[in-house]
Amino acid sequence: MELTGAQIFLECLKKEGVDVVFGFPGGAVIDIYDELPNYPFKHILVRHEQGAIHAADGYARATGDVGVCLVTSGPGATNTVTGIATAYMDSIPVVIFTGQVPTPLIGNDAFQEVDIVGITRPCTKHNYLVKDIKDLAYTVRQAFYLARTGRPGPVLVDLPKDIMQQKFEFEWPEDVSLRSYSPNLTPHARQIKKVAKLIEGAERPLIYAGGGVISSGAEDELTWLAKSLNIPVTATLMGLGAFPGDDPLWLGMLGMHGTYAANMAINNADLVLAIGARFDDRVTGKVSTFAPKATLVHIDIDPTSIQKNVAVHVPLVADCKSALSALKSEMEPNLDSIDWEVAHAVWVRQVQEWSETHPLRYKKSDTDYIKPQRVVEKVYEISKGEAIVATEVGQNQMWAAQFYKFKRSKSFLSSGGLGTMGFGFPAAIGAQMAFPDKLVVNIAGDGSIQMNIQEMMTAVCNNLPVKIVILNNGYLGMVRQWQELFYNCNYSETCMDAQPDFVKLAEAYGAAGYRVTEEKDLEPILKEAFSNGKPTIIDVRVDPEENVYPMVPAGASLTEMLLV
Amino acid sequence: MRHTLSVTVENEPGVLSRVAGLFSGRGFNIESLNVAPTLEEGVSHMTIITNGDEHIVEQIVKQLRKLVTVIKVVDLIEHSSVEREMVLIKVNAEDAKRAEILRIVDIFRCKVVDVSVDELSIEVTGDHGKIEALINLLGRFGIKEVARTGTVAMKRALQV
Ligand SMILES: Cc1ncc(C[n+]2csc(CCOP(=O)(O)OP(=O)(O)O)c2C)c(N)n1
Repeated sequence: MELTGAQIFLECLKKEGVDVVFGFPGGAVIDIYDELPNYPFKHILVRHEQGAIHAADGYARATGDVGVCLVTSGPGATNTVTGIATAYMDSIPVVIFTGQVPTPLIGNDAFQEVDIVGITRPCTKHNYLVKDIKDLAYTVRQAFYLARTGRPGPVLVDLPKDIMQQKFEFEWPEDVSLRSYSPNLTPHARQIKKVAKLIEGAERPLIYAGGGVISSGAEDELTWLAKSLNIPVTATLMGLGAFPGDDPLWLGMLGMHGTYAANMAINNADLVLAIGARFDDRVTGKVSTFAPKATLVHIDIDPTSIQKNVAVHVPLVADCKSALSALKSEMEPNLDSIDWEVAHAVWVRQVQEWSETHPLRYKKSDTDYIKPQRVVEKVYEISKGEAIVATEVGQNQMWAAQFYKFKRSKSFLSSGGLGTMGFGFPAAIGAQMAFPDKLVVNIAGDGSIQMNIQEMMTAVCNNLPVKIVILNNGYLGMVRQWQELFYNCNYSETCMDAQPDFVKLAEAYGAAGYRVTEEKDLEPILKEAFSNGKPTIIDVRVDPEENVYPMVPAGASLTEMLLV
Repeated sequence: MRHTLSVTVENEPGVLSRVAGLFSGRGFNIESLNVAPTLEEGVSHMTIITNGDEHIVEQIVKQLRKLVTVIKVVDLIEHSSVEREMVLIKVNAEDAKRAEILRIVDIFRCKVVDVSVDELSIEVTGDHGKIEALINLLGRFGIKEVARTGTVAMKRALQV
């Protein structure tokens, strides 16, 4: 049977098993929206396209499935660019469908025309302009395939309006084959043996886990490795939750705002197993002094991330899960030949001592101010560590990463690579959409939350009871911290004391709003807010000049930490 | 170090800008880039001349391979290869100098493709070294214009 392009497109989404689309309509996609009510998936109407892409991204991060976003041409498409770049930097599988002007008008500066394929070329894994209805189904199929395989990432498909109106026979292409694309999933057997030997010979091994562990689903293998062989674990921001945050072998995050124990461990380890991590500059500090005593093993699915920033001794291009399974099979038969408890006892004792002498801490307030770290701790206690936590960017993000102990992967949603303010709230909406019964908390700054606050309407309309905890310090806090420490306290344009009344703002949208100004109210209000069943803002007034510690100044070595 | 990359790509719209954009976006050097279809339908061949240390060139090669439309990348520095570039050179050639220029044209096995009262246009084909040498030699007569194709290259057949 012949279907219109719009119908073919929607049939494809059905075939891909899509159950929610985050979008915003417009002239170029009106044919798709015209058909939408006839299809089984849910469409979430956002209030700004940036909200749609971040929500699709949050959905993908929380579920591990592909997130889908649909917007119109021109301004609709350009509004998604920040979100596309965000997903790209963190390797999140999302597929973005943008409307485009009819093919005969392309290139004519037509109304609402923009070359979105050109604009997003550097921040997508791949992108397409569908120029012929014959290619439509296959292109959509490829887009999903590319987004979710290999190193995941955003893929954009530009859909001209006339193609959505033309008719063609719908045929679902079962197979995708791309001669130019074949990610290397399985590890090289000899390299695996080499890594096993290195682990056997190491006295001070350390695992440094990244987001790749989560995207490949290698959490169990990682945990097996660490626990069976008694190896301490640290992770990047993106790797939080890959290893249980309450395990004795867990050292906390490493890098610029990493723990003392994690950074000292990297500095003293004789073997570092970097797994699905990419040696980002926020992690390594000064590259020349990173892990100076260690043999570096790097497991990553993307060959470009190997040897990019740091010279590694044993590169291993493979999917993290396959690589770690292979390593497990290699080591398991002889597991008893070494007493791993004893082998690493001195080292584990040492790193635990670092954790004990320099735990994450903060000075108790000598004023009446609530400490922001305390707020995160309370969120952790009340949610029993079971919440999905999204963050904005800045101090709020770092305190969430430091003080919430993530037990499970996919429960921490944060813009790592791009550091996008305004990410957390729509991402939380996406996660709540996937898990309607879970507690989803967005830990926010008063600056960041204003970047996509309009999505409160989306949350209210769709009964998504996301909780926004604003750590309200009246500043663009993280920038103020840099100004204080490195720019002579010149607080240029970081004071944000002119603010909306966040409680009234919540109420104006039909959400619930609370304000906390005294610590004694913190627990009861959070408890009430977390169980009120509504989208909610909790505006917590915190110490305006609190800083995130430890801190490694940009470009310094990891051991040059500023401590509390 | 100068590297010649032989890159096979899907002949799709935008493939050139994907490749060129990769170089500019990541701050890689590009000396010349040449692209044209191959005998195989839907496949084009690019020759890219770039320079950088081993580390940078390794990144360039890996990043190119990562592009979904790139089928194959070979760094010809690792192979024995044939490289050619075609260049048109318009050089000053008053009567007194003309004979000497023509002698050079002869030695270098170039062709004269256009003549006027005081200029000669010369077509030369050769590898990088030959072309540089010729441009050097003709330089003292005063070169008025140069048009270069950029290098094309291919791996040599296996010699038994
Ligand atoms: C879109 C965007 N613009 C600017 C920045 C730079 N930036 C990083 S942190 C920060 C301050 C964030 O302030 P706020 O949201 O109040 O959080 P706080 O640091 O106070 O917790 C800024 C402006 C950014 N990361 N993203």
